[in-house]
Amino acid sequence: MTRRLAGGIDVGSCTTKSVIVDDGGNILGSHVLYSGTDFEGASDTAWRETLSSVGVSSTDSICVFSTGYGRNSVSFATNSLTEISCHARGCLRYFPGPMTIVDIGGQDNKIIKLDQKGLRVSFKMNRKCAAGTGAFLEEMALRLRLPLEKLDDLAKQADGEVTLGSYCTVFSGTEVLEKIKSGAALDHIVRGLFHSVVKRILEMDTFTDTVVMTGGVIEHNPFLIDLLKTHIPNDIVTPPHPQIMGALGAALYALQEDPHNTD
Amino acid sequence: MSDRQKQSRRQIAATSQMKKLMVAHFLEIDEARKTGKQKVAWCTSVGPAELLHAMGFLVYYPENHGALLGATRMATDVIPLANAVGYSPDICSYLTADVGAYLKGVTPLTKAYGIQNIPKADILVYNTNQCRDVQDWFSFYAREWDVPIVGIHTHRNIREVEDFHIADLVSQMKSMIPTLEQVSGNRFDIDRLREVLDLSLQCTKLWRRVLECGAAKPAPLTFFDATIHMAPAVILRGKPEAIEYYKLLIAELEDRIKTKEGAVPGERHRLYWDGMPVWGKLRELSDQFCQLRTNVVASTYCNSWIFDAFDPKEPFESMARAYTELFIVRDESFKEWYMDNWIENFSIDGVIFHDAKTCPNNSNNRYSMPQRMAKRLGLPTLVLHGDLNDLRCYSEEQTRTNIEAFVEQLDQKDG
Ligand code: SF4
Repeated sequence: MTRRLAGGIDVGSCTTKSVIVDDGGNILGSHVLYSGTDFEGASDTAWRETLSSVGVSSTDSICVFSTGYGRNSVSFATNSLTEISCHARGCLRYFPGPMTIVDIGGQDNKIIKLDQKGLRVSFKMNRKCAAGTGAFLEEMALRLRLPLEKLDDLAKQADGEVTLGSYCTVFSGTEVLEKIKSGAALDHIVRGLFHSVVKRILEMDTFTDTVVMTGGVIEHNPFLIDLLKTHIPNDIVTPPHPQIMGALGAALYALQEDPHNTD
Repeated sequence: MSDRQKQSRRQIAATSQMKKLMVAHFLEIDEARKTGKQKVAWCTSVGPAELLHAMGFLVYYPENHGALLGATRMATDVIPLANAVGYSPDICSYLTADVGAYLKGVTPLTKAYGIQNIPKADILVYNTNQCRDVQDWFSFYAREWDVPIVGIHTHRNIREVEDFHIADLVSQMKSMIPTLEQVSGNRFDIDRLREVLDLSLQCTKLWRRVLECGAAKPAPLTFFDATIHMAPAVILRGKPEAIEYYKLLIAELEDRIKTKEGAVPGERHRLYWDGMPVWGKLRELSDQFCQLRTNVVASTYCNSWIFDAFDPKEPFESMARAYTELFIVRDESFKEWYMDNWIENFSIDGVIFHDAKTCPNNSNNRYSMPQRMAKRLGLPTLVLHGDLNDLRCYSEEQTRTNIEAFVEQLDQKDG
């Protein structure tokens, strides 16, 4: 007897995530790669890699849902849903409602509120500019000539921080140059950048109940959680793989709506 | 999407008749400009148009021109010209589009009606009931053409319309008359004003009926239809042809109600739209809602040309009242009461607030209204960031995703 599987592909503006779950909703395999400019190619590759990690060759019987910015570029998906719905679904796999989900993505931030039944009450997306997103940290790392993966350690080890006042990425860049000129320590600047991300999140919405943090930026920079904790009294938790919550949610929806599903 | 077929809303047959009226209106003004036969007054969309008609002016509405610039997607190309001469990208993009088009010497009237230039005003008449920008906008042309400009300064952000508001506005309107007489060459005649007001009253009553058809389930029209079919209520009020037109339109809509023919096939959700339309994206937005089988059945914006208070027996007082009791003039508590009523009567499932970057006056989300409304009515609300005309402030993808996610939220409520 073959196992029933389902898949989810989250084509973000920055990275593409792919997940395969079994009929119990457990993650069997996943893959993350840069989306680049060819969303279709990225989703094909991510999916192929995930299939091989799970040891499956034929995709015929696997129902796949897509989500994310490039959700309509996934030719083999049978349906698509927005990343708002899918992130929520993914988080509900790990935590019960009510909750406030904070997703820090490559190019946008989202705040999604779920009630105790897990139903969505509200959502907000910020895509007006790069402020407070992964793109902001990338841009600043470039200016500071620092590899991205160093940021979290630097922010964590800092015993002080510089204050960045502006919420404009360009203005912040100028502020950072000023700080460098005036001799501020590199790790203090990086901590200041992290704090800037946290401030952008705080001004988006209120935070009710448990806060669940997701997204690639959190996966790679968990110190942001410690910083957010200094501002709000809520419990703050993260799922095991915060970056793939959207893809997981899509896979769980696919599992539920799989035409082969006779449950 | 497997279950979301590409689909557009059902077309309204009366539209072709409306187009004929628009052609006749613009050609009449153009002809008057060329021959000098009749004077042209520019008027703001909720300005004292009846008084101008009564004085024998042909009335031209630059906001309609602004919307045309938006709908034809010329606006975003010409706005930078106005920005360059100092009109900020943060102020009204009707103003910046209109001034930019003037500076460039282009107008959508050319393609639509074969008219080369916008009609030069003999006088500019504004009412600040909607915003201050209209005064600054008209002042540009007053300087440019050295023509007189007169205006009414309405009290703003008011809860109730008080007698002293009315008295003030009546005296402001009356004090315009000598200038209007001088420019038009006609004497003011109160009986003529009563006649025009009667025509406007008939028009506005019918326009209300058109909008109220949206309460039917399924709704026979959408917000996107209303933004087009409001044209006679805006630019032909005070003229008999507007009345005839709305009778025709209502017959068609009532027919649809009888046969349960919705404008959005398979209507599942009903939304309220607060704020300005995104003129350059009407088609895209309408199609997206249609594909999601969701109808925007009511709006604050299209209701702006309902003037219940008009009364030919008291022409000045009733005009003062009608142009002051408008939504845009009122405080938050009135606005909330007003929207709550429409939301209830139209069986609304969710409310979309359009935060138009360049029009704070029509962006009602900015003082926490969506949050209060969600709490008070238990309805989901969504804020879309965009603009009426300046598509530099609009993200196609962000808007699409927000709308899709909002409808997914409504689906979830359906269980
Ligand atoms: S109300 Fe808004 S859109 Fe209308 S003229 Fe004033 S600023 Fe412009």
